[in-house]
Amino acid sequence: MLSGILIFNQKGENLIFRAFRSDCRPRLADIFRIQVISNPQVRSPILTLGSTTFSHVKHENIYLVAVTKSNANAALVFEFLYRLVVLGKSYFGKLDEEAVKNNFVLIYELLDEILDFGYPQNTETDTLKMYITTEGVKSAIANSPTDSSRITMQATGALSWRRSDIKYRKNEAFVDVIEDVNLLMSATGTVLRADVNGQIVMRAYLTGTPECKFGLNDRLLLDGGEPTGPGGGRGGGASGGGIGASKATRAAAGSVTLEDCQFHQCVKLGRFDADRIISFVPPDGEFELMRYRATENVNLPFKVHPIVREIGTTKVEYSVAIKANYSSKLFATNVIIRIPTPLNTAKTTERTSQGRAKYEPEHNNIVWKIARFSGQSEYVLNAEATLTSMTHQKAWSRPPLSLSFGLLMFTSSGLLVRYLKVFEKSNYSSVKWVRYMTRAGSYEIRF
Amino acid sequence: MAMNKIRGAFAVPRKGETFELRAGLVSQYAYERKESIQKTIMAMTLGKDVSALFPDVLKNIATSDLEQKKLVYLYLMNYAKSHPDLCILAVNTFVQDSEDPNPLIRALAIRTMGCIRVEKMVDYMEEPLRKTLRDESPYVRKTAAICVAKLFDLNPGMCLENGFLEMLQEMIGDPNPMVVANSVTALSEIHHTAPETRALQVTTNILRKMLMALNECTEWGRVTILSTLAEYRTSDVKESEHICERVAPQFQHANPSVVLAAVKVVFLHMKRVSQELSNTYLKKMAPPLVTLVSSAPEVQYVALRNIDLLLQKQPDILNKELRVFFCKYNDPPYVKFQKLEIMVRIANERNVDQLLAELKEYALEVDMDFVRRAIKAIGQVAIKIESASEKCVNTLLDLINTKVNYVVQEAIVVIKDIFRKYPGYEGIIPTLCKCIDELDEPNARAALIWIVGEYAEKISNAGDILGGFVDGFNEEFSQTQLQILTAVVKLFLKRPEKAQGLVQRVLQAATAENDNPDVRDRAYIYWRLLSNTSDSNATKNIVLSEKPPIVTTIHSLPPTLLDQLLLELSTLSSVYHKPPEQFVGQGRFGADAVQRAAIEEQIQNARENPLAAAAAAAAVSGAAPPAQAQNNVENLLDIDFDGGAPASAQNEPSGGMSGLEGLAGTPVRVQSPAANAPAPQASNNLDDLLGVFGDSGEAQPSSSGATGGGASADLMNGFSGLDLSGNATPPANNAPKKTNEDIMSLF
Repeated sequence: MLSGILIFNQKGENLIFRAFRSDCRPRLADIFRIQVISNPQVRSPILTLGSTTFSHVKHENIYLVAVTKSNANAALVFEFLYRLVVLGKSYFGKLDEEAVKNNFVLIYELLDEILDFGYPQNTETDTLKMYITTEGVKSAIANSPTDSSRITMQATGALSWRRSDIKYRKNEAFVDVIEDVNLLMSATGTVLRADVNGQIVMRAYLTGTPECKFGLNDRLLLDGGEPTGPGGGRGGGASGGGIGASKATRAAAGSVTLEDCQFHQCVKLGRFDADRIISFVPPDGEFELMRYRATENVNLPFKVHPIVREIGTTKVEYSVAIKANYSSKLFATNVIIRIPTPLNTAKTTERTSQGRAKYEPEHNNIVWKIARFSGQSEYVLNAEATLTSMTHQKAWSRPPLSLSFGLLMFTSSGLLVRYLKVFEKSNYSSVKWVRYMTRAGSYEIRF
Repeated sequence: MAMNKIRGAFAVPRKGETFELRAGLVSQYAYERKESIQKTIMAMTLGKDVSALFPDVLKNIATSDLEQKKLVYLYLMNYAKSHPDLCILAVNTFVQDSEDPNPLIRALAIRTMGCIRVEKMVDYMEEPLRKTLRDESPYVRKTAAICVAKLFDLNPGMCLENGFLEMLQEMIGDPNPMVVANSVTALSEIHHTAPETRALQVTTNILRKMLMALNECTEWGRVTILSTLAEYRTSDVKESEHICERVAPQFQHANPSVVLAAVKVVFLHMKRVSQELSNTYLKKMAPPLVTLVSSAPEVQYVALRNIDLLLQKQPDILNKELRVFFCKYNDPPYVKFQKLEIMVRIANERNVDQLLAELKEYALEVDMDFVRRAIKAIGQVAIKIESASEKCVNTLLDLINTKVNYVVQEAIVVIKDIFRKYPGYEGIIPTLCKCIDELDEPNARAALIWIVGEYAEKISNAGDILGGFVDGFNEEFSQTQLQILTAVVKLFLKRPEKAQGLVQRVLQAATAENDNPDVRDRAYIYWRLLSNTSDSNATKNIVLSEKPPIVTTIHSLPPTLLDQLLLELSTLSSVYHKPPEQFVGQGRFGADAVQRAAIEEQIQNARENPLAAAAAAAAVSGAAPPAQAQNNVENLLDIDFDGGAPASAQNEPSGGMSGLEGLAGTPVRVQSPAANAPAPQASNNLDDLLGVFGDSGEAQPSSSGATGGGASADLMNGFSGLDLSGNATPPANNAPKKTNEDIMSLF
């Protein structure tokens, strides 16, 4: 499996070198630096030289590299490197060169724990934080035998993600449904691709070992069960014409077709597979319960209508209209529209009916920001870019216009949480909160 | 070291770093000692040699501070080899620690012991290992399980003698899922490095235990268990069904590597279950595969390469999912290229319009490489889907009208292929001929000339066009020269009155003024054919014979290789689309194995394609007997696949590195220019030679360069001088021999 983990900064200095097998020699660091970091033509994250394979991931300003000598599991290697990033972030807030340099002892300690002989072990942040800590004070706890046997039980147990002795005075669970809506619209205004990547993040502050059941307005489940979920109906709202009758009724009934879902390891996959019931014992605190994908009846929160005209070789005229497609009771925040300009833009002038627009030469963009965008309203930007003439006239590739925004209490897929039930032997009552949010994933409009 | 000591004792304190560290390490204050250890580790990471501090660091091993202990252990692991004798001093602490009441310390001790790769340490490992394997804490047991694999790596004999393997096998039945997973991991590693130990024999009982642990262990443990399940050969259909049923829920796991591993298991075991059932599983695995496409780019890349493999076996699984593979503007190039290939694979009559619109969009982007691939994809779609060919041709014409140089050139190459399948589009030839002056790449020029020659009777000014090329004949690349030659001869046979003088001139130029033997030989062949007076139709029958239409231009792996790669899903092998022997160079995949594989390949090639093999042999050997030539070829193969081992082990990147880089860095197929040789006739010796080098010589000659993939193309790069000159001029034959000697001395 993995022969070693190396971390480099952008200059190619080796910050961390941890060999797990004898075939990971120190000079491999030089080879990676020469062949990847100082080679601008690298176009692949995997490089095999002779029989040594370097798989690397770039995060912030560091390279995380896994060295393997065998026909290793490539998916696992990359996934592990990303897990390392996640771990680093939760330990140091941010995993960059500075964090690595300041915490190198801890990183070595972590690597020692999460990889043994190159095989990944337990990488659950919460468990690791129990015995590998930033302050030396806490490691005193781990030194006492009784505590550490408890820790080791958890690190290997069937419920490796939860301690057994958790107590809260007030039992609460917060559920955040966060959707990233992806859109690719062609220059003629047809939707090439629209889908939703959703995640459900849960913060559970529950006593003991609670067994949770979680219900969504999942069509596959609802078709067999009760006809309507509470509070349904939003799903069908603005999806517009062109959908078949059966889909319309389904949407009206407030159910959503989930193309695919992925669950946190606490969810009993067998039960979901058999009767689509999401049942689990949650870890303590925040975790991502599930991820899902939906492609049917995607409600697009914004309609963008760009008109871009190239006038001769010296000027480009823009007229971009954007309309909010959601209920007027809601409002989106931090709406940012990035409008690409040709590379040889000299100066721009912008006029907007709302928000502020600014030219960012370093990104070749006009950035139009609208802090608060209430539902059903429509705003327009008119702009003009003056171009410098160039000796070698090259056609402008017209990269797509892109949007980012956040919209609370709205789900593009129409997904709703129907219930969250908590069962525990002490039978306490618990309070649950649900929030919905839709963000822009890759929301691109060609023109 | 001794010098340092003396200085330390007698001279004024020196301000060297090592000196300061040493002073700190032996300080009377605990915090100073700890700080110095940290600094030592820091220096170690920076690549400084701090092995001289070994004895002083070792003094700090007996401590109750867990963090400090870990640091000392880390240092020990790194420098144990430099002071094998002193390591013995640490043994006592290790043995003591392995009996500590704290399970964390017990595990740490046994984990570190296994990493200290010193013979003497091994002797002391037996007792602690045996104890920890039976430890009450699962945390210690799971660590000890891996330690058995470490010990086996160090001293297999001792591992077997002490019955550690049997203990591990028992531990598959452990109540703790993580212990099970690690035992399986260790056994499977031992099994793979030394199959004769038969360490991991999956029985019905073990299978049951693994399936039970599957749902409870960590995500990484699941990957291990799933990989083992994938290798298991079931005894009956019931068992296959059972495995599929138990594994399928893992499709929903959040970790992409678990999902891929589960897909692998189900895909491999599915073959044995009923058609109906396997269809439901195929349907079930489609959504998770699509979801993988929205993961991090590197993971996505691995997933896409694997999806490519799956699609070659089961072309219909992702039929409806075309849109997911649309490229995003800021996808990294390696992801974009792969998405293009997959889109072409899942193109069908229903989605082709959508696909074409998208491909056209890509063809207008700025990244030249991507644009070319997009245009190539349009051609592939045209040849794949007959009903869409007209739309594709129109799209290509639109692109030609953009007048962007590289777009036009690539479009012409692609249109040439379309003509080879659908000869009926001759109406567009005038448009193509208008671009003649813009073409500067040999490939594009050759393509256009081929078209002109093929349709000479329908192009009124064909003579003028070719005349222009004949004038500059000696400045052209040999690839273009060959095409000019053939096109002129075709024109002459079709309209003798127009090309009488032209054919004379071109034959003269090709035979008298040209150095390239391929061009010369072909010219002589034509000359003789044309001077044959006994049967005037013979020449026509040969040169203008009906050519079989091409079936596809989409690259596919040969079925045997594909089946082999499907067993390797989600590994590096599946990313490279190459069997592991080609890039893994140790243990069972040593140079010997590579050589053996190469010989086998040669034999197979010779069997399937005797002509090419003979040609290659003749070409490479020159004067030497054929057997010798085969050896040369094998040695060349070795350089390509394994020669990198010494190259990367040594520090300096040797000259051959550039070729190796290609092999590794860009697993994306490098389309060698020869691969798209315009006409079947163009597949000259060089192509055949490439076919022999490539890993799939059995493919049709015209695409052998392409199927050879990176390997053969790189060989071209690395040894371009060689394989051109090898059959060109006898003096150059010294060069390959010399290389061979060098290589021989390397092994």
